[in-house]
Amino acid sequence: MPTTLSAQDPAAAAQPRAAHQQDRQRQAGYAARLDGVSKSFGRPGAQQQVLDGISLDVAPGEFVTLLGASGCGKSTLLNLVADLESPTDGTIEVPGGRPALMFQEHALFPWLTAGRNIELALRMRGVAKAERRQEAERLLELVRLTGAYGKRVHELSGGMRQRVALARALAQDSQLLLMDEPFAALDAITRDVLHEELTRVWAETDVSVLFVTHNVREAVRLAERVVLLSSRPGRIAREWRVDIPQPRRIEDAEVSRLSVEITEELRGEIRRHGQH
Amino acid sequence: MASTETERPPESGASPAGGAQGAERDDAAELAGLEAGLDALDTRTQARTPLARTLREKALPPAVAVVLVLALWQSAFALELKPDYQLPSPLMVWDALAEEWYKGTILGVVWQSVSRGALGFLVALVVATPLGLLVARVKVVRAAIGPVLSGLQSLPSVAWVPAAIIWFGLTDATIYAVVLLGAVPSIANGLVAGVDRIQPLHLRAGKVIGATGLRGVRHVLLPAALPGYVSGLKQGWAFSWRSLMAAELIATSPELGVGLGQLLETGRVYQDMPLVLGAILLILLVGIGIELLLFAPLERRVLRNRGLLAAR
Ligand SMILES: Nc1ncnc2c1ncn2[C@@H]1O[C@H](COP(=O)(O)OP(=O)(O)OP(=O)(O)O)[C@@H](O)[C@H]1O
Ligand SMILES: [Mg+2]
Repeated sequence: MPTTLSAQDPAAAAQPRAAHQQDRQRQAGYAARLDGVSKSFGRPGAQQQVLDGISLDVAPGEFVTLLGASGCGKSTLLNLVADLESPTDGTIEVPGGRPALMFQEHALFPWLTAGRNIELALRMRGVAKAERRQEAERLLELVRLTGAYGKRVHELSGGMRQRVALARALAQDSQLLLMDEPFAALDAITRDVLHEELTRVWAETDVSVLFVTHNVREAVRLAERVVLLSSRPGRIAREWRVDIPQPRRIEDAEVSRLSVEITEELRGEIRRHGQH
Repeated sequence: MASTETERPPESGASPAGGAQGAERDDAAELAGLEAGLDALDTRTQARTPLARTLREKALPPAVAVVLVLALWQSAFALELKPDYQLPSPLMVWDALAEEWYKGTILGVVWQSVSRGALGFLVALVVATPLGLLVARVKVVRAAIGPVLSGLQSLPSVAWVPAAIIWFGLTDATIYAVVLLGAVPSIANGLVAGVDRIQPLHLRAGKVIGATGLRGVRHVLLPAALPGYVSGLKQGWAFSWRSLMAAELIATSPELGVGLGQLLETGRVYQDMPLVLGAILLILLVGIGIELLLFAPLERRVLRNRGLLAAR
C-alpha cells in the first residue's frame, strides 16, 4: 500500500503512487481499454441506446479528448470508466486501479474546507494522518492555490473551485484522470489559465487523461489525440493525432486550423441526423 | 507564488520547446499575475456585523414583545377581568416563584426535569440515528416502516402515557418510554429528510474518491445530511421536552421525585394559580433557553459553514 511505501522512504512521499499499480499498467500497455462497450438506458421494451460498440485505448501517460455533440453520451462514457455505472455490453479495463473523476460541476464537499476536501481523498487512499496536511498543501501549491487551505468552498471563486477539484482529483494519485467538461462554465481567461495548469501538471506527472468537452478548440489545445463521437447512438466517428508541440495556446494558428477541420466533421455528423 | 517559478534553476525546467527558457519564465510570471488578479476579483469576503447592531436587530424586538405582553397582562389584572385567584398579576407569579426559590427546591425541580429531558434526548439520538440511516438507505426498511415513522410524528406522545403506565407502572421507565416515543420519530425523520436532500453528485464524488460502505456513511452521507439532521435534532428536543412534561404531569408519584410537570400538578391540586403560571413560565423558559443556547447556534454554524446562511 502507498502508506507503508511513503512512510519508509521520504523520497517516495513526493511521488507516492503505488508502484504495483504502475507496473500493472505498464504490463497491460494501456491506462484504460474499452472493448465493444454499449450502454442503454430505460426499461426493457422502451430502451434508448446511448453508446454503441465503443472500443478505445488510452495509452499510459496519454492525453485524449473526447469530443461530441451535446447528449451523445460523453458523460455516460466517463461514468462507465469510473465504474459509477455498468455497461450493457462489452468490457472496460482500468489496470491502474480506481480512476479519478473530475465532474462538470466542482463536486467539492461544502462541509469541508478546500484543504480538508483534498485530505479526505488522501485519507481514503490510505495516506497516514501525519502526512496528509503537508501533501494537501503541496497539491494546492501545484494548482497555485497556496493559502486557500482553510477556505470554505463557498468562499472560493468558480475558477478556484475547479482548481481545488483538480487538486482533489490529483490527490487520489490515480493513473488515470477522467475529466467531464471541467472548465465549461468558466470565462475564457480563467479557462485559458486552467488549460495551462492542466498541461503543466500532466507534463510533470505520468498521469493519463481522458478529457471530455464539446469545445473543439479546447480539445485541440489540450490533447495528443482527439476522438470524435457521433450521436444517437454514440459511436467513434473519427480520430485525430495532434502533433502541435506544447505549450500551445488556444488562439495558435495551428490549433485553429485543426479545429476548423474537426468542426467541419462535427457539423457533418450533426447534419447527418437531420436527414433521417 | 510567482517566486517559486522564477527561482527554479534552469536545468530543472527542461521544456519541450528547447531554448525558450526566458520566454517560458515570463509566461509563468504573467500567468501567476493573471491568476492572482482573477482570484482577487472573484473572492467573496464576509464582514462580521458589529455587536451593537446585532443587539439592536436581534435582542430588541423580543424584549419589546415581552414588555408588551407583561403590560397587557398587568392591565387585564388591573381591570379585574377575572378574580385574582384566577388571574393573578405578573408580580404575584414572580412572588410565587420567589417563594419556591427561597424554599430552596426550585433548582432541584428544574434540574430533575432538565436532566431527564437531556438523558431521554440522548438515548433517543442513539436509537434514532441508525434507525434513520436504515430507513433512508435500505429500500425494504423504508417501505416497511417509513410511513409509520412519519405517522408517529403526528401522534401526540401524551397518548402513550396510559399505555406506558400500564406497562411500567409509575416508574422512571414510563417517563423515558414516553420521551423516546416522542423524540425518536422526529430525529429519525429529520435524518431521512436530510439524506433524501443530499445532492447525488456528492454521493458520486464520495464513491469516486473511494468513500464507500461505512467510510462513505461517516465521511460523506452523514455530513452531507447534517442540515436536515440538525433540524431533526431541534425538533426532537422540542418533542422530548413536550413529552416529558406530559408524562410528568400525569405520572406523579413520590418515587418519581418532583419535576416541573409535577410542580404544575401540585399547583392545580392546591388551586394555586400563581404557582401554575410560574411553572408554565419555567417550562417555556427551559425549552426556549435550550433551543436558543444549543440548537440555534449549532444550526447556524452548520449552515454558515456551507455558505447557506449568507443568502438569507
Ligand atoms: N441515468 C439515465 N437514465 C436515462 N437516460 C440517461 C441517463 N443518463 C443519460 N441518459 C441519456 O443518455 C444520453 C447521453 O447523456 P450524456 O449525459 O452522456 O450526454 P453528454 O454527451 O455528456 O452530453 P453533454 O455534452 O450535454 O453533457 C442523453 O440522451 C440522456 O438523456
Ligand atoms: Mg455531459
